[in-house]
Amino acid sequence: MGLMFKDETYRGDFTFYNSPEAIRHFPFPFHEDKYMYAVNIEPHTPGPKGSAYEFPIDIDEHYVSDMRDRALVLQEDPLRCQSLPHMITAEWDLVELLMTSMSDAYPEHFTLKRNGDAWHWINRPMGIENEFTFGDTSTLPYPPMEYITRQCQGDFCLLDQRDGDLWMDSGMVTSQADWSLDFDIGMSFKEWHAPVPLAHEIGVFDRALKFLLAMQIGRPVRRLNWTMTINPRLDTSPENYHKWGTDRTTVTPENVGDKVHLRVELQALWRLPRSNAIVFSIRGYLIKMRELVTIPKWGRRMPRVLKTLPPELAAYKGLTRYQDMTIDWLAKYDDGAPTSPGCFPD
Amino acid sequence: MSAPTEIRVRVAEAEAVTPAIKRLKLVPLTSTPLPDFSGGAHTVVHYTDGPRHVRNPYSLMGSPFDPSAYQISVLRVPDSRGGSALIHDGVHEGTEITITSPINLFPIDRRARRHILIAGGIGITPFMAMTAQLDREGADFQLHYAMRDRASGAYWKLLKSIYGHRVHTYFDDTNETLALTRLLDGQPLGTHLYVCGPAGMIDWVLKTAREAGWPEENVHFERFAAPPPGKPFQVALARSKRTIDVAPRESVLEAIEAAGIEPQFLCRGGACGQCETAVLEADGTLHHNDHYLSDDEKASGKKMMICVSRFEGARLVLDL
Amino acid sequence: MTAAMISRPVYPGLSPDQYAKTHLILCEGEGAAAVLDMAAKAPKEFFSRALILFCPAGTGYEPKLAALSPKSLWVLPTIATAMFRLRGVLATATMGTRVYAAGTEPFIGSVLQETLAVGIDHKSVFTEHRGSAKRRVQCVHCKGCTDDVTASPFTCTHCGLTLFVRDHYSRRLGAFQGVCVDAEVPGEVPPVEELYR
Repeated sequence: MGLMFKDETYRGDFTFYNSPEAIRHFPFPFHEDKYMYAVNIEPHTPGPKGSAYEFPIDIDEHYVSDMRDRALVLQEDPLRCQSLPHMITAEWDLVELLMTSMSDAYPEHFTLKRNGDAWHWINRPMGIENEFTFGDTSTLPYPPMEYITRQCQGDFCLLDQRDGDLWMDSGMVTSQADWSLDFDIGMSFKEWHAPVPLAHEIGVFDRALKFLLAMQIGRPVRRLNWTMTINPRLDTSPENYHKWGTDRTTVTPENVGDKVHLRVELQALWRLPRSNAIVFSIRGYLIKMRELVTIPKWGRRMPRVLKTLPPELAAYKGLTRYQDMTIDWLAKYDDGAPTSPGCFPD
Repeated sequence: MSAPTEIRVRVAEAEAVTPAIKRLKLVPLTSTPLPDFSGGAHTVVHYTDGPRHVRNPYSLMGSPFDPSAYQISVLRVPDSRGGSALIHDGVHEGTEITITSPINLFPIDRRARRHILIAGGIGITPFMAMTAQLDREGADFQLHYAMRDRASGAYWKLLKSIYGHRVHTYFDDTNETLALTRLLDGQPLGTHLYVCGPAGMIDWVLKTAREAGWPEENVHFERFAAPPPGKPFQVALARSKRTIDVAPRESVLEAIEAAGIEPQFLCRGGACGQCETAVLEADGTLHHNDHYLSDDEKASGKKMMICVSRFEGARLVLDL
Repeated sequence: MTAAMISRPVYPGLSPDQYAKTHLILCEGEGAAAVLDMAAKAPKEFFSRALILFCPAGTGYEPKLAALSPKSLWVLPTIATAMFRLRGVLATATMGTRVYAAGTEPFIGSVLQETLAVGIDHKSVFTEHRGSAKRRVQCVHCKGCTDDVTASPFTCTHCGLTLFVRDHYSRRLGAFQGVCVDAEVPGEVPPVEELYR
């Protein structure tokens, strides 16, 4: 049985919502009743059936609408997808990773036939079919990274490994939480993380970098990151901040449940085989507060987490204006009962 | 974090390429294919012969585009530890050994306008895979390969037959020398240089490149030190509350592994930095034999690379 | 936004590379003084292999630079003309060329952009910051760069949005990031601070 893909929007009338299955699929990020920045990297191994971790690349009911929103973003601003010339080998590595992962996990939707370098790709939900020569860019309608990431949920960055550092030299970034690929492309690991508060001082990035430099092929890792977004908007880029920034002032005690969304990034990293680059995927998930509280454990835990958030982090994540209002709205779902350890619903 | 993934493999071919060099073709024991790799990657071979354990790094020299098998070359080195001799003599067609998942500490810098590869002797092995990859990617490369003589040099005929004029060979016994200063002169901006070979050759290439005004960012080398032997000593492990004896021909890392503790490592040659360990107490002298820590870090006595460095003195306590 | 300056480049200062076959030296305004300071540490024949591109920016260092007897001294009126000349020199330059850049941050940023484009790693370029702390800032919204920014917030010279200067620097663009300061409540603009004189 295949997925049922919904027709919904992430702008204008904002018709996005989660089905009950999608709510249970949501990668709730808080394993306890508080939050602090941590490296929290774990092996990206298959998780429970129906969870966002079941397959290496997660495709869900929002797939077709996500890809339509990405196409709209790229039409307005082609600089959201950029790649420095030396990354072409890594781009092809990414094509291989995504096509094999998607067709292995979802054979009813995606098919990949390989005969040496002659590849045949079928994407049924998007109605795409191409025969091309692996390694020959002229045989695809787009450059390889752009071609495949126009067909895969999540933002993608390709990190070149040189001189004991990782360099963000390629990316498809259309649904980011307030960072600009166009600005950050070419930066080293610590440079592109420069605006993140608190974490540098406690050595988070030193440890993370050392770990990532030693990543092995076939042993991907993942971590979760999170923020909050007003309205189910995927494109919360700095480029368009002057257009969406006012959203943050539209929250009222009455509309918190529908307007305020928890936005979770499932960040997964793979060592790529022939380029020795690393792919850094940032797969975003949105859930309305009204949807979140349908899982009682999450409804209890969410306000507790928001109350313990250090003010620097709240400011960095842009929550300051509506943090208290959200805590107040959530309070009626927290009966004070203890919560069970771990992120999954009881 | 943990030590690299280990893979059991069988030696499918063992060929004496020269009297001192054995080429091993390694295939997986199960139907799970071996992990892909990139040019410049190495694997650590773990070979056990009775009480003796050897873990040595070897460059993967097969084509990165042939996923069916790995190829390595084992040079019989008359060193005092005898590890390479144990593998050279003990491993035959059909032998099963353990290797680690490949890791690349000597990658191609793809920003380069041109790649100049310089190999000495057994240092040719990473370049076997790199040339295959550069050729397929359509890169501008040339290989300069120095050997003692035609009989002891490995693979040079094969490389010449594949890459023709892009391969330049130099044989010591007929007084052919690589005119490196001339080679480096006039190369276009953005040319990168890679060297792998005996320590003396690497030093010579690095010095010549520096004196030709090449920035260090354009010069890449792979240098694995073999753990040097020394006097025996004891090391106390603070976290596991154990005291371990390190024998004269054993590294700290090997002694700790023999005691059943598995620290992180990748190169086992003092180059990659993964086994960096905090020194909590050192009443005596640390002998730093690595190429990883800075001079300041070595002088501080706060860190050591347990794969190659040793200790002489009354008491050493590590954060392990 | 906190003021972590981790992406800000470090300019360790000029020092002579005794081995380079050609010294390609770019200096702007007070940056010339850094070149003169380096001359005091350099071996005698150093400047016989030096090409100097100098933007005076109102300073009078030309005679002193000429007195170093460089192989060439080009005096160019603006950063743009200096970069045009630099591109010409780089087009035929070979390995063994060492690039030096001294002056304001926008000037150094321009040099690094040109050298990056021909495959020179940024760590290979010797740099020294001299003169004003003014910044070049790229508007993240319209992508236009505004030179000589000394205060935050400021008005983007291209699209007119009011931008605050984020302490986040892109070497590729040679610029800091400017982000709309009143995106959430239009018109709510904090007082202007002179920060980068």
